[in-house]
Amino acid sequence: MALDAATRDQLIDTVRRFVTERLRPLEAQVAEEDAMPDDVVEEMKGLGLFGLSIPEQYGGLDLSMEDECLVVVELGRTSPAFRSTFGTNVGIGSQALVMFGTEAQKQKYLPGIASGEIITSFALTEPEAGSDSGAVQTRAVRDGDHYVLNGAKRYITNADKADLFTVMARTDPNKPGGGGVSAFLVERNSPGLTVGKSEKKMGQQGAHVSEVFFDNVRVPAENRIGAEGEGFKVAMQVLDKGRLHISALCVGVAERLIADSVAYASDRKQFGQALSQFQLIQGMIADCKTEALAARALTMETARKRDAGQNVTMEAAAAKYYASEMVGRVADRAVQIFGGAGYIADYGIERFYRDVRIFRIYEGTSQIQQVIIARETLKRGG
Amino acid sequence: MKVLVPVKRVIDYNVKARVKADQTGVDLANVKMSMNPFCEIAVEEAVRLKEKGAATEVVAVSVGPTQAQETLRTALAMGADRAILIQTDQDLEPLAVAKVLKAVIAEEGPQVVLMGKQAIDGDNNATGQMLAALLDWPQAAFASEVVIEGGKAKVTREVDGGLQTLNVDLPAVVTADLRLNEPRYASLPNIMKAKKKPLDVKELGSLGVDTAPRLKVVKVTEPPKRSAGIKVETAADLVSNLKTAGVL
Ligand SMILES: Cc1cc2nc3c(=O)[nH]c(=O)nc-3n(C[C@H](O)[C@H](O)[C@H](O)COP(=O)(O)OP(=O)(O)OC[C@H]3O[C@@H](n4cnc5c(N)ncnc54)[C@H](O)[C@@H]3O)c2cc1C
Repeated sequence: MALDAATRDQLIDTVRRFVTERLRPLEAQVAEEDAMPDDVVEEMKGLGLFGLSIPEQYGGLDLSMEDECLVVVELGRTSPAFRSTFGTNVGIGSQALVMFGTEAQKQKYLPGIASGEIITSFALTEPEAGSDSGAVQTRAVRDGDHYVLNGAKRYITNADKADLFTVMARTDPNKPGGGGVSAFLVERNSPGLTVGKSEKKMGQQGAHVSEVFFDNVRVPAENRIGAEGEGFKVAMQVLDKGRLHISALCVGVAERLIADSVAYASDRKQFGQALSQFQLIQGMIADCKTEALAARALTMETARKRDAGQNVTMEAAAAKYYASEMVGRVADRAVQIFGGAGYIADYGIERFYRDVRIFRIYEGTSQIQQVIIARETLKRGG
Repeated sequence: MKVLVPVKRVIDYNVKARVKADQTGVDLANVKMSMNPFCEIAVEEAVRLKEKGAATEVVAVSVGPTQAQETLRTALAMGADRAILIQTDQDLEPLAVAKVLKAVIAEEGPQVVLMGKQAIDGDNNATGQMLAALLDWPQAAFASEVVIEGGKAKVTREVDGGLQTLNVDLPAVVTADLRLNEPRYASLPNIMKAKKKPLDVKELGSLGVDTAPRLKVVKVTEPPKRSAGIKVETAADLVSNLKTAGVL
């Protein structure tokens, strides 16, 4: 549901204030301890952040994609690890259920997802199924009114905390590729489901990914999302939406880095003047700003198109491709503008430089986005 | 028990105020405005009183321009039950605001008026006290703790040199100090629900209150710029510098 301007402003204002007053002061601590403080998680729940995209009748905010993007831009103004805490509930962890779930499934899980009581994960990637995500090998074999799951997933965000997984598993071994895959809601406490230890990562400390193993995990048949063989389609539509969410996040982080760069360049003096007076520094700032504005415009326009019911597979891929590459360049220039300080941990810039690297990889690498953009463009004839 | 909470829309506390070129006041064009932080504390306290069961209804009231509706929506999102805007484009003085509030109170009949001790724009710290005087109600200003019990309010006040505890009969006017509480962030669902709560708008003129200004602003200027400090090498240097400056 689209918000009226005053309500939207107030919503964004509140999120901005929360980010500025509560999250930003904790950035270094969260990175150092690689853990999200419990009280911050509770505050996020209290604020309603876990339910941004969940329909109102299940206790969420039911934000339009445009409004969700505006909120996510604000959340981008701090370490992206914070967003990751509730990011799966807003995005990939809940949307299969929101878009394709039965009424009974929704009633059972969505209120808990909206409140943050249930943490969700989206489990698609496997050792042999990365970019080629249709190559899922995890098996789901029908056994009476259950399916029995066997296999392994990896790099699954929030798996360490998740209570509920959306799992893509192969129901038809005779159908190679996406057509033989189905989606399932699998509860954490299902016997045979185990989660590996958290991986050591390049950035975004405080957010965790782990392997998830399925050893004869029995899942009730009523927990299948969509029909048999629709799982890959479900996953792709979830990712379409997720890509816009990630694009908005990239825009937010870029805006944060530009503000930090401007503040530093205005303060720091060399050769008797502020760095910001040097045209070569100004050139970097102008490039950052231009690209961030372009990414914002592309993201917001695509969000509005999606809200209007149009298919945005191509545009969402383009937004994710451009915004994630853009924030990589912005972070690189921010390090350059900060000079030596950009490389020293205390200034936090190198942390962002590492944090944003993942945006070009997950929810489809840049190359996969290029493949999608080209495929759709060729299909459309231009 | 009904609690009335007056709230004011002021320049946001994060904004660096700039004085208008003609020195008649602070430039508010395109400046972010928010609820006065002390008013926010008062709203929080009223909502807590309701949550504890001490209050049954929290009514927020603002005297100001149309845009003050946004400020009232914030109060509603924090948990106030309904809101009243007394609409005017005039920038009213504390006495005028107190008179307007008195008229609102005559209609609403609250047992407690809980308000900020001052607004961060004018820093007058006067409206609450004036209101209590006009109503001839007890007042407890600068509250750091409020307990409502048996028709009385037990209010701990921050005064120079310590804390003073007062018992005042209700109805009373209580003004909030900084440490009374830490206001919540209105939750996003409550911001959306606030839209559906009642907000009445009345023209200032309809109250028949004399709000003519009694004060004249002569001049508004920026605070003087602080001059740079000096660095000293040793404690002895510091002491001798302080002596030279006449501080020691
Ligand atoms: C921090 C983190 C969080 C993650 N969270 C999740 C999650 O919650 N759920 C989940 O399911 N997955 C998650 N992933 C997995 C992520 O989506 C995959 O890592 C990503 O899709 C890439 O797959 P891969 O790692 O197997 O790389 P590969 O597919 O092996 O790619 C290696 C390289 O080859 C390129 N490449 C591959 N195919 C092509 C092609 N056709 N044309 C051109 N180039 C190609 C890629 O672009 C890349 O440069 C996460 C990963 C990380 C690191």
